[in-house]
Amino acid sequence: MTITPELIEQHQLTPTEYQKIVSLLGREPSYTELGVFSVMWSEHCSYKSSRIHLKKLPTTGKYVVQGPGENAGIIGIGDGWVVAFKIESHNHPSYIEPFQGAATGVGGILRDIFTMGARPIAVMDSLRFGPPVDSPRADRNRRILTGVVSGIAHYGNCFGVPTVGGECVFEECYSANPLVNVFALGVCKQDEIFYARASGIGNPVIYVGAKTGRDGIHGASMASAEFTEESKQKRPNVQVGDPFLEKLLLEACIEAMKTGAIVAIQDMGAAGLTSSSCEMGSRGGVGIDIDLDKVPQRESGMTAYEMLLSESQERMLLVAEKGREGEVFQVFRKWGLDAVTIGVVTADGLLRIRHHGALMAEIPNAALADEAPRYDRPHNVKSHRRAPMDPPAHIPASETLNGDLLKLVSSPDLCSKRLIWEQYDYMVRTNTLVGPGSDAAVVRVKETGTSIAMSLDGNGRYCYLDPREGAKLAVAECCRNLATTGAVPVAATNNLNFGNPERPEIMAQLVEAIEGIAEACAFFEAPITGGNVSLYNETLGEGIYPTPVLGIIGLMKTALPAPVAFQSEGADVLLLGGLGEHSAVGFGSSEYAKVVLNQLWGLPPRLDMTYEKRVHDCVREILAQGLAESAHDLSDGGLAVALSECCTRQLGALITLNSGERAEFALYGEAPSRILVTTRQPERIHELALRFDVDCPRVGVTMKERLQIGCGSTTWIDMTIADLKRSFETALPEVLHTHAG
Amino acid sequence: MKVGVVVFPGSNCDHDAWYAINENLHGRAEYVWHDSTNLAGFDAIVLPGGFSYGDYLRCGAIARFSPVMSAVRKFAADGGLVAGFCNGFQILVEAGMLPGALLRNTCLTYVCREVRLRTETADSPFTSKLRKGQILRIPIGHGEGRYFADEGILDELEAEDRVVFRYLDNPNGSLRDIAGILSRERNVLGMMPHPERASDPLMGSTDGLGILESMLSAVPALTR
Repeated sequence: MTITPELIEQHQLTPTEYQKIVSLLGREPSYTELGVFSVMWSEHCSYKSSRIHLKKLPTTGKYVVQGPGENAGIIGIGDGWVVAFKIESHNHPSYIEPFQGAATGVGGILRDIFTMGARPIAVMDSLRFGPPVDSPRADRNRRILTGVVSGIAHYGNCFGVPTVGGECVFEECYSANPLVNVFALGVCKQDEIFYARASGIGNPVIYVGAKTGRDGIHGASMASAEFTEESKQKRPNVQVGDPFLEKLLLEACIEAMKTGAIVAIQDMGAAGLTSSSCEMGSRGGVGIDIDLDKVPQRESGMTAYEMLLSESQERMLLVAEKGREGEVFQVFRKWGLDAVTIGVVTADGLLRIRHHGALMAEIPNAALADEAPRYDRPHNVKSHRRAPMDPPAHIPASETLNGDLLKLVSSPDLCSKRLIWEQYDYMVRTNTLVGPGSDAAVVRVKETGTSIAMSLDGNGRYCYLDPREGAKLAVAECCRNLATTGAVPVAATNNLNFGNPERPEIMAQLVEAIEGIAEACAFFEAPITGGNVSLYNETLGEGIYPTPVLGIIGLMKTALPAPVAFQSEGADVLLLGGLGEHSAVGFGSSEYAKVVLNQLWGLPPRLDMTYEKRVHDCVREILAQGLAESAHDLSDGGLAVALSECCTRQLGALITLNSGERAEFALYGEAPSRILVTTRQPERIHELALRFDVDCPRVGVTMKERLQIGCGSTTWIDMTIADLKRSFETALPEVLHTHAG
Repeated sequence: MKVGVVVFPGSNCDHDAWYAINENLHGRAEYVWHDSTNLAGFDAIVLPGGFSYGDYLRCGAIARFSPVMSAVRKFAADGGLVAGFCNGFQILVEAGMLPGALLRNTCLTYVCREVRLRTETADSPFTSKLRKGQILRIPIGHGEGRYFADEGILDELEAEDRVVFRYLDNPNGSLRDIAGILSRERNVLGMMPHPERASDPLMGSTDGLGILESMLSAVPALTR
């Protein structure tokens, strides 16, 4: 087949990129080779628009064993044990086919973890959808939500990994472009880590797992294109997952790794057989010779092009020590899985593909994996935003502060997500100390005395108004969540969800957000050990809010952390960090502005990172000394919503604020660096607050059955816990069930 | 003298049951691979939770044909103790070792939460350390846990004191709130909740230990 300009364009390669291919090969590529280049050089696989900026992220630290560049980042947790963790997006497939899109998103990230030898022990999900009500696309948004949630449940539950936390928020901009970011974490011994670096000339290359079919061909390049109305016709591009097979693959891989016969191993994710072989080859500086006739196939008549680009799930490629293949085969046979030698490691650095005796492709591995184009796309413009900077001339006074609180706690963003997370098995493997619905999730590592706390957070609204500050706030919030459970942040992963990088005002968002993450992660000593960039999140020309999602993990001694909920009547309620300051400009990014005023303006709340860090250090000390009965950090919805979230055991509080701010600001302003703590020993906490130089006003006392919040002698809010709880718990079931069908 | 924890392809809670018995109770448990046909040396068998064979076709429908199941059937016929938790219960029902069926939850989704159970009988090797009427907090995690049987069977189960646990807040639509039942000889237990998930103070409840302890003490030589 001759390579025409149309064919090049269909493969989403530019004429310049094509010329680069020609010069790297020293000749015109074959059709098969063009396909191989198109996926490996896609935005999804090559990070061509983001790579030069990702270099700004801090990637080293005293806990880091493996930074970016492998299948997952690795952190030492002591006693010879490590954790591997990473986040990945499956946004585009989840829009086209929510159930399978989300399910295979879970499957993909789990393989990234266990391909390194680590058994997955926790999953979290960061989900963003269009509004489930009050939107022209509400019906479809609800279908996407229910599809995604059942897809995650289906895959994670059957595989046997607990889904321990996450977030789920709604904005109109995600209506036609939901975000499904999946975080996974696994554990293994430090001396049993496996890498994807092929070595040993003459060693066999072995294919294990599911057979190859035609599903998912060009999935990687689909994820690198904007959506149009025709996108729905791409449904066959979405892969179909089989969590049972993945569970067998996990057990077989871990068992096979113990034989000592495996040299390198890599999962077949995006761009399938192509990426796994050329990446393993390029990392090891060797060549790989593959005979496609030996690849287990689900259907007959597949071309080399199709087999190389197939994204069939639950497959792995490994290099074994020559002469010890039998040990590997035996393990896979025990688990009822295909394992076949399909190629050999060579010395010449070339990826060589044969099919029916003919040479179909011959490309230097390094050209595919390392020579992909890198763009410094224009970004020296103001980042895209349409919201006004100035607050409305008149922010109306609340008609009913009680009603506003009920409206907020029953809004899709802030209401209880129990209906979602109860569909996930969050307990399997009996490690979950803190599950969904808390500040951070905590899982213990049975083999050591250490537990891992983890938090996922992002705020598209903040980042839309100011990508740099929004990104820093997301890092701060994750670290605050960890501190509130007593954990010290040690490392981070990020998922950068943005629009079309070819538009300078979008590229500016990306660059600013990365720089914000870099600054905050360096400051909070949470180096980035890996992650994912998902660009072209736009539909019909309308981009999503810039949405960096941070996943930060922390370490703590294994013990039950202080709970979120108030524990007893008559305990002092302290607001560590103080009442915060709220400006009219900063109020425009709040949930109150969104839910009650239906507006967006101004800037995200102001963050003082040094103060924030002192608050974290202080709360960790309070928890370490066992002074707190409960602890909960403030975030979306501000003080009033945070207080409401503590009222889950028929215990409320009588709160009296000494604030000069208007009621809406004091109650719902989202100033960071604040944590609610209840205690029987306020004096000792005040001493600590003094030592760490942070404010810590006593704001009230816990009491039975009511939540009352006032200022001076004025009562702002007064309601029963029963009413509050009903609004909080029934909102999502009502939205999803009354509108079902 | 030991407990065998059967590992089917797709078992997920095999490790949890193993860990609860070995580490939380200092008993002795060993894994039994699904193609094993010899259960000699075991005093009790646990069929753990999970998704055996992917739960394809119907939960437990394929596992019942697994080679180990004919051995388990014989083991039970000889009086050995067999406990099936969650997927294990589904397998026992599919294998005909316990009556009835486990249908899709009435809410139509998988549900994971801690539930309260009432102990309906202490007269079994699995509940001898519990009191009749004792309330236990034990988690469930299943999509198909709605116990169903015809009226005749339900009446018979009650008349023979074979309903071993009932839900206080029925989470799945089980008939007569049934969460667990016994075989006629009382040596086979099936229950949807997971006692192994309530076996450590760090998990928030240790109420599952009573069930596992009863089972271990039913065979005194089992504790090491």
